[in-house]
Amino acid sequence: MDRRPTVTVHFDGVEHEAFVGESVLECARRLGIPIPSLCFLEGISVWGGCRVCVVEVAEDHRLRPACATTCVADMEIKTETPRLRAYRKSVLELLFAEGNHVCAVCVSNGACELQDMAVQTGMDHVRYDPQSPKRQIDASHPKYVFDPNRCILCTRCVRVCDEIEGAHVWDISYRGESAHLITEMNKPWGESMSCTWCGKCVAVCPTGALSYQGRAVGEMEHDPAMIKRLALARNRHEWLYPEEAK
Amino acid sequence: MAAPIDLHEVSEREREARFRTRWRVKACGSTACISAGAGAVINAVEDMVEREDMQLEVQVIPTGCMGLCSAGPLMRMMRRGGQETDYQKVTPELSREIVRSHVINEEPLPEHQLDTGIPFFTSQERIVLANGGIINPDRIESYVAHGGYSALEKALTTMKPKAVIDEIRTAGIRGRGGAGYPVASKWSLLSAAAGDTKYVVANGDEGDPGAYMDRTIMEDDPHRLIEGIAIAAYATGASDAYIYVRAEYPRAIERLDRAIRVARRNRLLGRRILDTKFSLNVEIRIGAGAFVCGEETALMASIEGRRGTPRLRPPYPTDSGLWGHPTMINNVETLANIAPIINNGGEWFASIGTAKSTGTKVFALAGDITNTGLIEVPMGTPLRDIVEKIGGGVPDGGTFKAAQTGGPSGGCIPSKFLDTPVDYESLRELGSIMGSGGLIVMDDSQSMPDVAKFFMEFSMDESCGKCTPCRAGTVQMHNILQRIVDGHGTRGDLRDLEHLCTVVRDTSLCGLGQAAPNPVLSTLQYFRSEYEALLAKEVAHG
Repeated sequence: MDRRPTVTVHFDGVEHEAFVGESVLECARRLGIPIPSLCFLEGISVWGGCRVCVVEVAEDHRLRPACATTCVADMEIKTETPRLRAYRKSVLELLFAEGNHVCAVCVSNGACELQDMAVQTGMDHVRYDPQSPKRQIDASHPKYVFDPNRCILCTRCVRVCDEIEGAHVWDISYRGESAHLITEMNKPWGESMSCTWCGKCVAVCPTGALSYQGRAVGEMEHDPAMIKRLALARNRHEWLYPEEAK
Repeated sequence: MAAPIDLHEVSEREREARFRTRWRVKACGSTACISAGAGAVINAVEDMVEREDMQLEVQVIPTGCMGLCSAGPLMRMMRRGGQETDYQKVTPELSREIVRSHVINEEPLPEHQLDTGIPFFTSQERIVLANGGIINPDRIESYVAHGGYSALEKALTTMKPKAVIDEIRTAGIRGRGGAGYPVASKWSLLSAAAGDTKYVVANGDEGDPGAYMDRTIMEDDPHRLIEGIAIAAYATGASDAYIYVRAEYPRAIERLDRAIRVARRNRLLGRRILDTKFSLNVEIRIGAGAFVCGEETALMASIEGRRGTPRLRPPYPTDSGLWGHPTMINNVETLANIAPIINNGGEWFASIGTAKSTGTKVFALAGDITNTGLIEVPMGTPLRDIVEKIGGGVPDGGTFKAAQTGGPSGGCIPSKFLDTPVDYESLRELGSIMGSGGLIVMDDSQSMPDVAKFFMEFSMDESCGKCTPCRAGTVQMHNILQRIVDGHGTRGDLRDLEHLCTVVRDTSLCGLGQAAPNPVLSTLQYFRSEYEALLAKEVAHG
């Protein structure tokens, strides 16, 4: 049994117990309350940039990202309101309009969190002009491919590479509309001396931006939960796989 | 360790020096006048004084901004005994002529004079800019002679830190960076924060188009800012301070750098300031050209040497700021107000302005207005007084249409609200904000959708790209505005635009994104017909 101290919070009017220091999103996930999210990934630091997991907190006109809001006593959290539904849909539409997200020709079709979010929020069309970026695909790496046109700048790869692998191959360059990921000091990925070929970035990518070489449409699989396993094992000092430890 | 500066003695010496010559020529050396040719004017006058061997007769003093930038370069002839004459639009030739006839022949040139009796000068109340056009910003003696560092001396030797914060609370001053958070509350938070290492940061990353209040303070009165920082650090228990200046202000950086070194040499900064137990180290950090770095969390990331993107709050900087230590960020203009408050008392300050917005505010007056320049007025001054009296109204027979305040985060105030008092609450009620003090006047030739598009383009270019609504939403809003301005917009576009405004406002991470729709929202509120007229055209053409 978990003996951490708790506080009482309300999710959509229903009373629940949250652990002290727990974020609204973590708490909701634990309780099985669905809140869509994209940039959040268990096991690495919170980014709070995608704005898909926004929730309403009573007495605050501004929406809060569930991933970066800590549960406090007697918090009244709304996870499903017409306003939230409309906003989440719009934010997803903005993401779809921003990149080249054409599922029918995407390697991650069927294994894409962006796609899942669109289904989950009921986003069935995009109202905004496609920005149709024409960014150079980097297929210089022997094992992986990076298509920046499918990147949603969630920075999972940046964080996972820096915080879990400790290599910090990825980072963001430029700003606003021109912001994009770079490897090392803006060198082709294949020439990177710091990349360890660990593949964590590819495992956690929520879209088809990072994929394995040689995969065709719909053949890609990601494994974001891997990071949680790794982070937990690290915190518990479990340096061997369970079968090896025996 | 050298002995600290003797403020009284320096001040006396400087005052004596003032009367050594019969004439003093003060020439505005601020950026606006320099760009109009003031550098050559100052050189011309100095050359002439040397050539005519008048060094014992005339002192030439480059000063800070005199205010009326549209009439620059400005030059002030001061005769011993009090008589002052101001000349406007001075060229090197004219300056020589002025010295020849005004000083040598004692015949002023009325046709080139600037009338300082006009409301532009008489309707202002200068606290922050009090030394503008008076002191030589590069000489600490000049600042000291005008009461400089007396507030720091007073605070360090006669007041406890808590008493300083109480004085600031009595003054009721609110942050001049735009949001208007009570300064004393911020200071109390830092003072109460745990930890031995605390930081004070002066935010000089002024980026609104057309605004140059902070630049002027940093360039023309750098010691006043340093004094404000030192008092803030003393009151809050901070031992280190940073001045964050944008790289586009090289003159401000140069003058601040010199001022910091001189202040350190005179034991006004560094270890054991003025022989008290208080020590403070001040350093300059230079921005790299990002508007978003004016946002406090992005600013701190930039100081730490990281990518300048905002982060989520809480934790607030006063809990966890620079390198995890409690940090307080104050605007340059806020800190420039501190020394006068300590010298004259909080009640004096609170008596100026309105009950909720005390003191004065500096505005950069620009756009379709006769007198452009830097002005300082008490809070609560009606917008009409600023535009019509101080600004001299709209030139060339034009009609006032709107005033834009708060830059890309603000809104447009239409003519029917000209009598609104300019304070934090009143402007917010009208859908605009006080902002840092940019005030752009527009006449009836301006198209409001065009204005909204201009500011949206600014926000789009300056978005850091961290959060989706600001990064992609501003692009889409700009696209729609472009279509509307081009006459291709539809009713659906207008609907999408309004929806996007609320999405971006409510879901963006930092203040830049949250405020980016304001120029659109306020122009839609007051000038909706202009948007619709542009749509109607499209419908008529099929």
